[in-house]
Amino acid sequence: MNDMIVIKDLHKYFGHIEAVKGVDLTIRQGEVVIVIGPSGSGKSTVLRCINHLETPTSGGIYIEGVHLEDKKTDINAVRAEVGMVFQQFNLFPHLTALENVTIAQRLVRKRDKAEAERIGMAQLERVGIPEKANAYPRQLSGGQQQRVAIARSLAMNPKIMLFDEPTSALDPEMIKEVLDVMLDLAKEGMTMVVVTHEMGFARAAADRMVFMDGGQVVEIASPEELYNNPQHQRTKLFLSKILTH
Amino acid sequence: MAGPEVTPSFSTDSRNRNEPFVAWREFPWWLVAIFIFLGVMTYLILTDEEINQAFVFIFPGITTTLYLTLGGFGLALVFGLLAGLGRISQNRLIRNIAITYVEFIRGVPTLVLILTLAFVIVPAVSASFGIDNRDVSIELRAILALAIIYGAFLAEIFRAGIESISKGQMEAARSLGMTTRQAMQYIILPQAIRNISPALGNDFIAMLKDSSLASVLAVRELTQRSRLHAGSTFRFPEAYLVIVFLYLAMTITLSLLLRWYERRLRVGER
Ligand SMILES: Nc1ncnc2c1ncn2[C@@H]1O[C@H](COP(=O)(O)OP(=O)(O)OP(=O)(O)O)[C@@H](O)[C@H]1O
Ligand SMILES: [Mg+2]
Repeated sequence: MNDMIVIKDLHKYFGHIEAVKGVDLTIRQGEVVIVIGPSGSGKSTVLRCINHLETPTSGGIYIEGVHLEDKKTDINAVRAEVGMVFQQFNLFPHLTALENVTIAQRLVRKRDKAEAERIGMAQLERVGIPEKANAYPRQLSGGQQQRVAIARSLAMNPKIMLFDEPTSALDPEMIKEVLDVMLDLAKEGMTMVVVTHEMGFARAAADRMVFMDGGQVVEIASPEELYNNPQHQRTKLFLSKILTH
Repeated sequence: MAGPEVTPSFSTDSRNRNEPFVAWREFPWWLVAIFIFLGVMTYLILTDEEINQAFVFIFPGITTTLYLTLGGFGLALVFGLLAGLGRISQNRLIRNIAITYVEFIRGVPTLVLILTLAFVIVPAVSASFGIDNRDVSIELRAILALAIIYGAFLAEIFRAGIESISKGQMEAARSLGMTTRQAMQYIILPQAIRNISPALGNDFIAMLKDSSLASVLAVRELTQRSRLHAGSTFRFPEAYLVIVFLYLAMTITLSLLLRWYERRLRVGER
């Protein structure tokens, strides 16, 4: 299989804080990788480096062989191929759901209005809320907003989807509707990197799990191995904390 | 220790009970006073010969006043947006140019700026472009002066408006592949402008009033016309009461519209 994302010796400083201390990770096409770890362990920072929302201090990110830190790389072209879903949804509040899913198609993919709306509606249907096409984000529940946010990314036909704690801001009864959409996506073969502590989802969707602590990758394993037979003391400690919750 | 819980029904009751009283206290007496003044003035303009004469002479100046205000404000929006974006630019040179502009203007009285811009800066700049000084009409100079002055104030409003939009909006837009410029134009600015529209409205009203300063340039707007009328007839009370009436009628109308718009904006957010 092709290597979709290659992270080579990634370091990231914020001032004097070294948030990421040398991460190496290769993610293949169609793979679903789930990243777990305690707060402040650098999970978000690694994810945000993958689409260059953060610039690595050193080391490199390669998307389908394209080196992001290379000055000649058109970062906007790469980002169009890498969808990102945020904890806080970050829908555009002045636009309707349908406008949210069409605006980047039109500006970045240069699709005409009719085509963008056709694709946008198809994505809203896929996430199960076509009837909310003309609603504004403030008129939607958290779960619906997050599904629109996923549709917004998918409408760009990305090759990779990044999720940063997509269900952490949701009321419990809305978590499932979002995870179901993500699970479908995983089954369809999307390359996904997901920061989440939803263990049921991890079991069902993950090809590999990455445990991070202190800015480093401590352990990489299949969900079964990681849950049932963690190799490192730090992993055991962390799992014992979250699994009792 | 937790205090006794105030039940919703209690608070609703007490508010209902107080409502007529609150409404009475909140009644806009100030507006009544102003309308009485405007009404009396209208009556005098229609009935008093001297005041009527003053009105007939002064009123045509309203075209120039509106022309100065609309032209000045339109240009000021452009200057203000550019300077506001400059203030938050990553480029240190652009940022410093924008800050210099804003601080310079804020540090000098408006009247002094109008005189300096109209009689020193505009002639100097037009000369450097090879334009004859006399080809730049005094109205245009007044508009440029008002625009440059208000641009500096609007720059701060634009900057604050842009900075009030959460960082996640820019990140979401960029992560979809939009350029910074596209994100600014289609995502950040529409939200920022909506948020700052009441502040922009206030500055429009302020500029309508400050357009009277153009009278020092002998632009024949409302204020200059009443000065001319007072000078030639020595009817000072008539001349000045008429422009007080005209300015107040315009500003009170605008500020009531603005209040109504603000309320609608707040309802829309819910
Ligand atoms: N923009 C920033 N400026 C300064 N420090 C930052 C910034 N972003 C992250 N950090 C720091 O970098 C470290 C790693 O943060 P990061 O957000 O990647 O952790 P995380 O694993 O995603 O944590 P969480 O589970 O709380 O989201 C933390 O110590 C954090 O305080
Ligand atoms: Mg995080």
